[in-house]
This record gives sequence, C-alpha cells and structure tokens, in this order.
Amino acid sequence: MTTMTDHVAEAPSGSFKLSMLLNDTRYRSLTFQFIALVAIIAFMAFVGGNLVRNLAEAGLNISYAFLGEPAGYDINQRPIEYDSQSSHGRAALVGLINTLIVAFLACITATIFGVIAGVLRLSNNWIVSKLMSFYVEIFRNVPVLIWILIIFSVMINAMPAPRDFRGDDATSSMLFDLFAFTNRGVFAPAPQFTNSFAATAESGPTSTGLDWLLVVGALVLSFFVARAIGSWATAKQEATGDRPTTWYLTLAAWLLPVVLVCMFLGLTWNVPALKGFNFQGGMQVRGSLIALWFALAIYTGAFIAENVRAGILAISKGQTEAAAALGIRPGRIMSLVILPQALRVIIPPLISQYLNITKNSSLAIAVGYMDVTGTLGGITLLQTGRAIETILLLMLFYLTISLLISFFMNIFNNRMKLKER
Amino acid sequence: MADQNISFVRHDQIPPSPPPTSAAGPVKWARENLFSGPVNTIMTLLAIFIIYRLVAGAFPWFWNGVWDADSIRECRDILTAAGKSTGACFAVLVDRWDHLLFGFKYPATEYWRPTLAFVLLLFAAAPALFYKYVPRKFLLFTALYPFIAFWLVWGGSLWVPVVILVSIIATMFAFRAVEGLDVNMRRILAGIVGLASGLGLAYLLYQGATELWFISNSVGTGGAFAAISSYLFKAASIFMFVFFIPMGIFVGYAIYDDAEGGGLVTIVTSLFVLYALLAYVLGPLSSGLNSVIPLELQAVPSRDMGGYMLCMILGVVCVSLSIPLGILLALGRQSSMPLIKGVCVVFIEFIRGVPLITLLFVANVMLAYFMPPESNFDLILRVIIMITMFSSAYIAEVIRGGLAALPKGQYEAADSLGLNYTQATRLIILPQALKISIPGIVNVAVGLFKDTTLVSVISMFDIVGMIRGPIQQSTDWISIYWEVYLFAALVFFVVCYSISQYSQWLERELRTDHR
Repeated sequence: MTTMTDHVAEAPSGSFKLSMLLNDTRYRSLTFQFIALVAIIAFMAFVGGNLVRNLAEAGLNISYAFLGEPAGYDINQRPIEYDSQSSHGRAALVGLINTLIVAFLACITATIFGVIAGVLRLSNNWIVSKLMSFYVEIFRNVPVLIWILIIFSVMINAMPAPRDFRGDDATSSMLFDLFAFTNRGVFAPAPQFTNSFAATAESGPTSTGLDWLLVVGALVLSFFVARAIGSWATAKQEATGDRPTTWYLTLAAWLLPVVLVCMFLGLTWNVPALKGFNFQGGMQVRGSLIALWFALAIYTGAFIAENVRAGILAISKGQTEAAAALGIRPGRIMSLVILPQALRVIIPPLISQYLNITKNSSLAIAVGYMDVTGTLGGITLLQTGRAIETILLLMLFYLTISLLISFFMNIFNNRMKLKER
Repeated sequence: MADQNISFVRHDQIPPSPPPTSAAGPVKWARENLFSGPVNTIMTLLAIFIIYRLVAGAFPWFWNGVWDADSIRECRDILTAAGKSTGACFAVLVDRWDHLLFGFKYPATEYWRPTLAFVLLLFAAAPALFYKYVPRKFLLFTALYPFIAFWLVWGGSLWVPVVILVSIIATMFAFRAVEGLDVNMRRILAGIVGLASGLGLAYLLYQGATELWFISNSVGTGGAFAAISSYLFKAASIFMFVFFIPMGIFVGYAIYDDAEGGGLVTIVTSLFVLYALLAYVLGPLSSGLNSVIPLELQAVPSRDMGGYMLCMILGVVCVSLSIPLGILLALGRQSSMPLIKGVCVVFIEFIRGVPLITLLFVANVMLAYFMPPESNFDLILRVIIMITMFSSAYIAEVIRGGLAALPKGQYEAADSLGLNYTQATRLIILPQALKISIPGIVNVAVGLFKDTTLVSVISMFDIVGMIRGPIQQSTDWISIYWEVYLFAALVFFVVCYSISQYSQWLERELRTDHR
C-alpha cells in the first residue's frame, strides 16, 4: 500500500495552506500520526487519571511487595518444594511450572493424536477414515471447557475409591501391582535414588533436582554422541557408498550414559501401596491434571489432525506416484517422501496449536489444578486483593511464554524451509 | 481331414457372465476398502471393536433413560425398580430446561422474547449469509434487527431503540443535506463547525494535560521507576499543554478551509448532529413518547441473563462488533505510518499472547479501576468489550493474511485508476481480501462462540455456569454430569458444525477460478 501515495508528481509550488496538511499526500500521513499520538496520550491520560483516582479512593497503591509475603495456602500438586509458609512469589513459580508441565504433556499427546487421526482420515479404509472424521468433528465443535469438565467428572465419579482396593474381596486391583487408578488420581511408581545428593544417613532413598540434572545431562550427552554417530555414518556412506550399520551404536549411546548415571545414583522405584485410607508413596497424578491434560490433548489433537490432513493433501499426487514408480513401499512413501514435505506446511499451524494449548491450560482454574492462573490469578488475588498487579503479572507470564514459543518455533521453521534460489 | 469332423460351430458370442460375487457389489467394496491387506484388516476389526464398545456402552444408557422424575434419587429408584443397571436421567433436562436455556433469573413469563429474538436472528442473518438467493431488500430487516433484538432481550420502552434508529436516519439525512449545500452556505457552516470542534478539542486536550500532570504528581514517590514514570507523565503533559491551542486552531481552520470541496465538513457536522440527538433529544423524547403511547416490555437487567442465551448474546454481539474492528486493525497493521502500525502490532500481539481467561479477569476485577468513578458499566458489557477486543485481534490476523495474499498488481491497478486510499480499499482491496479470509473468519467466529463458555469462570451463569452452579449443587440433581454436559456439548455442536458447513459451502460458492 505504500505505493499508493508515493511518486506523486511535484506539486505546483505555491503558498502553503493549512488544509494541505490534510489534503496533500506529502504531509497527510504526518498529520494523521500526530493526531494519533495526541489521541493515544489523551487516552492514557484518561485511563491513568481514573486509575490514580480510583486507587486513592479505595486507599490502595500499586506495589509488588506482596510477592515476598507468606502465601498461607497449600498447593496439592507441587513439582518444587513449597509449603504454606512459602511466599506468594514462590506459589506463582509453582503455578508457572505446573502450567509448563501440563502444556508440555498436552502438546506431545495432542501431536500424537493429531498425526494418527490426520493420516488415518486419509486412509483408503472407509470405516477407519469415517471414524476419524467423527472424532475430529465431534471434538472440534464442542468447547474445550466442556471436555475438561466431562473428563474431570468421570475421573471423580466413575473411578474406584482407594478403599475399593482393600481387603480380600477388593472390587478393584492395581495394574501390574504398580499403577492404581483411583478417584483421587493415578498413583504410579516414583523413581528415587539411594545415593541421592539430598540423601543423608537416615533419610533413605530420595531424589532432588540435582539428581535429575545429572540424568538430563546424561541424555544431552547421548543426544550429541548419537548425532556424531549419525554424521560419521553419513560421511562414510558418501565416501564408500555403503552405510555402516549403526543402530546398535546409537542404542548404546542413548542407553549407556543414563544406565551408568542411574547405577551411580542407585535407582530404586517407590511403589505406591495402600496405607490407611489412601495410597502412600509413589507419584500421585491428580485427576485435575489428567482431566486437563487429556482434554487439551484430545481437543487440540482434532485441530492438529485437520492441519496434518491439509498438509498431506497439499503435496501433489505426483510425489506419491513417483515414489511408487521407484518401488518404495506405501508405508515408506508416507514416512520418506510425503511427511517430510508435508511438515513444511504443517509446522506453522502446529505452532499456533501449541500456543493455544498453553493458553487454554489456563482453564485449569475450572478443575482446581494449580497452574499459574490458579495460584497467582486465583488464590493470591483473592487473599491479597491486588487485582491489577496479579493480573498484569499473569499476562506477562503468558505473553513471555507465547513469545518464546513462537520465537523458537520460528527459528525451527526457518531451518525447515525449502532453500529456494 | 480334421475340419470335416467339426460338428458344431458357434455363430454368436457367449453373453458375458456376471463377475464372481467376490469381485462385485458390497463384497468387492468391502474387500477393496476394508480388507485389502493384513494391516487394513486389523485396522478395520479394531475400528469395529471400538464402535461396538461405544455403542454397547452408550446405547442401553440412552435407551433406558428416564425422562420423568423430580430428582436424581427418584430417577435412580425408577431405574432400580425397572431392574436396569444403567440408564440416563434425562429428567434433569426436562426439569431444568428453562434454566439451561435462559438462566435462573430471567423472568419466566418473558421467555418468549429471547426465543423470538433467536428466531428473528435466523431471518436477519439469512440475507447476509445467502445474499445471492435472498432479495437485497431483506437486508433492511438485517439492519433493523439489532434494535429489535435489543428491545426484545433487554426490554424497557420501545421508544428508546426507535429514537436511536430515527437519530441515525436523521444523521444520514443531515449528511446528504450538507453535501448538497452551495459553497457560501458550506463556508458559513464550516466556520461554525470548525470553531466549535476547535474549541472542543482544545478543551479536551487541556483536560488531558492537567490530568497527566495530576498523574505525574501522584506516582512520583518511591523508587527510580516511579520517578522516571513521573517525568514521562510530566513530559507528556507539557507536550499536550504546548499543543492544545495549536491543535484546536489547526483542526478548526482545516475544517473551515476544507469547506469548498472536501468531505470533512459533512462528516463533522453529521457527527455533531448525531451527538446532539443522542445526548439531548433521546432521553426526553423517548420518555415523552412513552408517556403518550406506552409501549413497554418488562425491563430485564443484564445480570439476569444466563444459560445458553448468554452464550448466544455474547457470541453474536462480539462477532459482529469484532469484524469491523478487525478490518481496521488489519489495515492499520498494513499501514505505512509507523506509529499507527506500531499501535496495531502491539495491540494484536498482546491480545494474541494472553489467554482469554486473563482478559475476562480484567473485565471482572480490573476494568473498573480504569473507568471514571461515577461510571457504572455492568459486567456483561465489560465482558463484551474484552471478548470483542480478543476476537478482533484474531480476525485482524486472518484479514491481514487475506490482504497479503492479494497480488501486488491489484494495488497498482487501483493506483493507476486514480483511486484514493479509501476508494481503493473499499472497492478493490477489501472485497477480494475479505473473500479470501472468509474461512478464517468463520473459524475465529466458531472458536469465539465456544470460548463464550469461559465466562462461567468469572461466575457468570452461562450454560456451563448453570450446570456447575445451580444444577450440580442443588439437592435434587447433585453431581449429575453426563446428561447435562452432553446436552451442553450437543447444543454447541449443532451451532458450530452448521457454521463450519456453511463456511465450506460459501467457499465453494465464492470460488471464481474456472475449475
């Protein structure tokens, strides 16, 4: 649109009239911007003046000091240490980590659901493709909040209570004696380390952040070693024409460091067991987390399925036929020819679906999962009454997460892009 | 000779025999589509198993459903008495039908009003949705519909929407009248209007400057950040103060100077007329008319709206408001003026970066702080403002995609025809860009309609709020969930699925390439 007003022939020079500021294309955009600037400042003045007056009238001020004060409430799902004496700031941090946990889990699961459903919807198998269309249409056209509430209600009402697992005539039993699905959530074995950094002589097996850092470090090491093996094999293939068999080397590179670290730390599993009225030990994944995770995954999966389907349909049929003419099997045509090309079409909408999951995870407040909306925007807001500060912080959190995700995904997207001349 | 021994020579062809049953009809179809290989066969069997489990689980539950009971206990008693192990209590839908649709506060005698408004909505939407098949003159009803619907749903005196409508029509006539004036009359009018708006603007800017000075004094204490912001506010105040008289003079003179050819006089005069009508004529005239000919429906305050009706109100109002706003934002984002572009980019990216829930929190607890102390926006209006902002940012992005997809030649062709920016945008750019954006806009509209359920989080009683509050917490229907949530899912599915089917139909309809 810039071209619309440029390159106007030199206007006849005459006396400058004030209306030229409005009617002459040479000055008009400056005039408009000046008016816009004045309007923005006037709007700020209006809003800011009201804010100052209203705050003064209510005897409030803008202060973030409450973040250092003790929160005084408990959070049932806490990935880092937290008790009711911890500060509001730490409660917000716990909530932020909980948001990231559920968003991460839901992104992975939704991608799996979406890719499977999207590919199967294009299948030649009539009944399978119809079943997948049914799934996509049903889940896309109903609000995610309703799905969250349905799954949560099922978790609460239809799962057996822990007491059903007791006694000889128990109506429910644990899966493989390791997992217990109850109306209080799912109990699963938790990994612990006998030689943990946090372990003292009397504490027994435990785990701390440092242990997990070590495990993650081992995985990062494995990643680089596996990549080195891959590039070595490629170099050898280009030099000799034969690709050496590397799958056992890669497997070893992935397994060996982690196994060694686990042996060094002394990995044991803390298996949940029924004690008293509830299961003790192990890892408790609450119904609220499962409801949120599963609902977000299955809802967003339906959207991702549509993106995947559109991406695959965007690849011309000639590609499939050419691959078939080369004698490649149908499964490999999909994985070697179609999907790599379709990914370029699929990834941009996939990014926005991930962003949607992160933002929709704020619906946690409807089922009582303590994400950042539940802690900072929920209980902290109610207890301190500092609406403006908490909501601004909350928006800042989500804005940062959104901008970071789109930043990294854009980098990835650019690297995936076709290099065109 | 051997050929003398031939006793029979066929003269006609054997009629083609039908294909074997395994290569024709449903069997062939099944073989090709369902059992073409081991993997396919396994998938088919798996799919049939899943369908069987779904149907076997859900069908008895539906079939045994109890439609007539007063409470969940009675319903279960009926089921046990009939010896059925499973069954739905659809009685809750019968019992709480009104609550699910209209909320629990809307006066029961007035349910016909939102119902009628909903039916009329279909008629009002039809000329816009199926513009090729419905005569254009029915668009008049679409234009009238907002006033009718407002009166039906909120009630009160009929004369208020009528007078507003008449004011708008009168403004349009004033616009025409000023356009038709001769030059001398326009000069005089422009002088008056220019003086009035110049003085008004100067007064507003002066107010703004003093307001900024007031803010700068009250944030000045404590910390470097406060000191810096105090200086910023002071600088802005001085800026406004320096410019308030020149801006007023400039605007006033520009309007006067524009009198001969430009449209500025006409627009500003019409705005003055509209403001005068709404501010000074609307109240007295409508109450006067009402005392002469009382045409009144029982007034229903906004906080009494609820149930599915609330979702409908929010969805329809916010989508219709956010499309024009989204177009403006998209054009602003494409603008070559850095300041306007910057404002639009920041607004769009900010809104798109935060969840709707935080915006609803803003509407619920924060927006009141930014309004003048005496102003009294009710919650539904604040929510409408925030949801409209939210969806206009998304619609702006969709339309920006449409604008970017237009070939550059279209812009250049518009330039070469000598069209100015407004004409080019209105006649050349937007019709094409909007056409490309329709599927995206419909997606946003469907998403927005689904997101209206989020208002239940800020304790408004939409359909989900009704279920979670008054229904699930009542002693009669304590913790009933499948029946009510499936009902809510169903009503949303019907609307959203129809809209998306409409969008696909429209896409085919609008396709102008030759295929």
